[in-house]
Amino acid sequence: MGNRCAVIGVGQTKYQTKRRDVSIAGLVREAALRALEDAGLTFKDIDAVVIGKAPDLFEGVMMPEAYLADALGAAGKPMMRVHTAGSVGGSTALVGASLIQGGVHERVLVVAFEKQSESNATWALSTHLPFNASLVVGAGGYFAPHIREYMRRSGAPDHIGTLVAVKDRLNALKNPYAHLKIPGINREMVESTPMLWEPIRYLETCPSSDGACAMVLAAENKVTGTPAWVHGTAMRSEPIFRAERDTVSPQGGKDCAADVYRQAGITDPRREIDVAEVYVPFSWYEPMWLENLGFAGEGQGWKLTESGATALSGDIPWNASGGVLSSNPIGASGLIRFAEAALQVRGRAGEHQVEGARRALGHAYGGGAQFFAMWIVGSEKP
Amino acid sequence: MREVAVIAFAQTKHTGHDEGLTEPELISPIIQEVKERSGLTRFGFTCSGSCDYLAGAPFSFVSALDAIGAWPPISESHVEMDAAWALYEAWVRLQHGDVDSALVYGYGKTSQGDLHEIMTLQLDPYYLVPLGLDQVSFAALQANAVGAEPGELREIVRRSRADGRANPYALDLPDPGEEEYDVHPLRPMDIAPMTDGAAAVVLAAGDLARELVERPAWITGIAHRTEPHYLGVRDLARSASAADAARAAGVGKGPVEVAELHAQFSHEELILREALGLPPGTAVNPSGGPLAANPVMATGLIRIGEAARRIIDGSASRTVGHASSGPCLQQNLVTVMEA
Repeated sequence: MGNRCAVIGVGQTKYQTKRRDVSIAGLVREAALRALEDAGLTFKDIDAVVIGKAPDLFEGVMMPEAYLADALGAAGKPMMRVHTAGSVGGSTALVGASLIQGGVHERVLVVAFEKQSESNATWALSTHLPFNASLVVGAGGYFAPHIREYMRRSGAPDHIGTLVAVKDRLNALKNPYAHLKIPGINREMVESTPMLWEPIRYLETCPSSDGACAMVLAAENKVTGTPAWVHGTAMRSEPIFRAERDTVSPQGGKDCAADVYRQAGITDPRREIDVAEVYVPFSWYEPMWLENLGFAGEGQGWKLTESGATALSGDIPWNASGGVLSSNPIGASGLIRFAEAALQVRGRAGEHQVEGARRALGHAYGGGAQFFAMWIVGSEKP
Repeated sequence: MREVAVIAFAQTKHTGHDEGLTEPELISPIIQEVKERSGLTRFGFTCSGSCDYLAGAPFSFVSALDAIGAWPPISESHVEMDAAWALYEAWVRLQHGDVDSALVYGYGKTSQGDLHEIMTLQLDPYYLVPLGLDQVSFAALQANAVGAEPGELREIVRRSRADGRANPYALDLPDPGEEEYDVHPLRPMDIAPMTDGAAAVVLAAGDLARELVERPAWITGIAHRTEPHYLGVRDLARSASAADAARAAGVGKGPVEVAELHAQFSHEELILREALGLPPGTAVNPSGGPLAANPVMATGLIRIGEAARRIIDGSASRTVGHASSGPCLQQNLVTVMEA
């Protein structure tokens, strides 16, 4: 995996439905300046900028890296734009890290954003001919059948999704940047909300958020402050239409996890990882990914969720930040997972800090559960 | 840096009209071709470049994965940029030392929409898009700033089209005739033609490259830079970012026999020649360049591929491939390759 790389700065905007007070440029700059401030640096210290976001149709700006070069202090520097569907935030961090691991740069600013209030994501996510039949169902409509298949295979009881929806929103109450803060959130409240895509109820889905997240990544000789060291990075992709692919527990996710664990020397993720920030846009994806990522055996993920192991007080907290279920500026959601993992091992996660977290997983997925990006960060130098 | 070379390049026979092929159908044969040329069937890393706005649909790159046969799952990434930047990402990935080969591809079907109007949406959405400037209009601003002689531009077009006719992959365009201005001072012939097409490149590191091909095109320098977006704050007659990238890539450290430049308008060739500091003897765009075939999102990668091809086939020993992105050459990438 090349030269050592560390996160030395993290910046986030407050996630909310509409940020009417800032332009797209203002939004990304806010996150970037906070990351720079955290690192004790300014734009002039940065060698290169990597920006990621989900489809350009979300804001109606084609290849926005051109327009955002000025706001991100990129003029005169290399700037790249990554797009790997929903996993893009994670991929953006990995491309930034790659520039350091490859010995090309010493300090890289990575930024990801979405300003969902500029358009309608369900429309923009409903691909049409010639890519597939136009169902205009958005992401929830696409993933609901996969969830039903998981329930059938595992025999999981109906309330597991509800537990995740409550747990992540309780965590969000402790995160100052989280979008959805629902005091008094409980099972009854979730179960009283409308069924959107069987078995996904309204409060079991992610919100539509405006927001941006940024990180400053540094080579070993430029590390300052409290770093989160990168212990492993991996990406995997698989075709969407391959007939025999398992969309419930995709091979790409398993391979990606195996790769990143191997790099980090992890053989038992449940015991050796202290906290995980995993891309869970619909509640049921927690038990599904618990299995796909090797935290639980096949058909056992829902039991781990039910036991409370993944709660902030459990032995393997998942999404201590509130996760994608609480904040979802789509293109940034993956980068937020990676950044929250870094905050945890830096001991900088505030109220939602997992005590003594030394190793954390950041995870993102996208497309038809076919693109995966992951990293392991740790408080100690690898 | 680790030694990395272009070892195979393939492109479609580009067309000036829609052939009825989907993007995966465009890509599939050339992926097969670079696999055969390189002798590799699996790659340590894969990266592609494309643009949703050409297809008018989100995630247009997703179906390409089906075309390349990404099974078992592959280590893969995508840039919403010209595929030349995908090549850059792959080159960086090969610097890590744990993988030795990479597949890079890009594709674009400009026949599906009005490219010049679509490019308007690349501008600042608050201050520039409402002005309704299309791509030809902002290119014309730059052409005016350059102040090129009409005869000089016409000669660039004539040479590019003649070279394009000799290139089996480029369009068959006639010698320029008399034409009215499209947007002064640009005439239709000064503007790259609407083109559908795709391209693919295989990169390999060190010994693997030497083992697979007789003359790898070694990347001795590769760099890219962007500059401010707003046309009013730039000196449009020059390209500071292309000049910086050229310096960082080391263009001036030796002779340049062939330079393939991503000039989508005739006057851009003048700006780029100066920015890259190309000596008078350099053959510029012997493939015909973008003025003879412009499959957007693959055009920059084709420049690198064409420049590499001349080293691989033994007809040159030091070449330059250039790619550009953004309005009026806002972003530029320069690659130097040597035998």
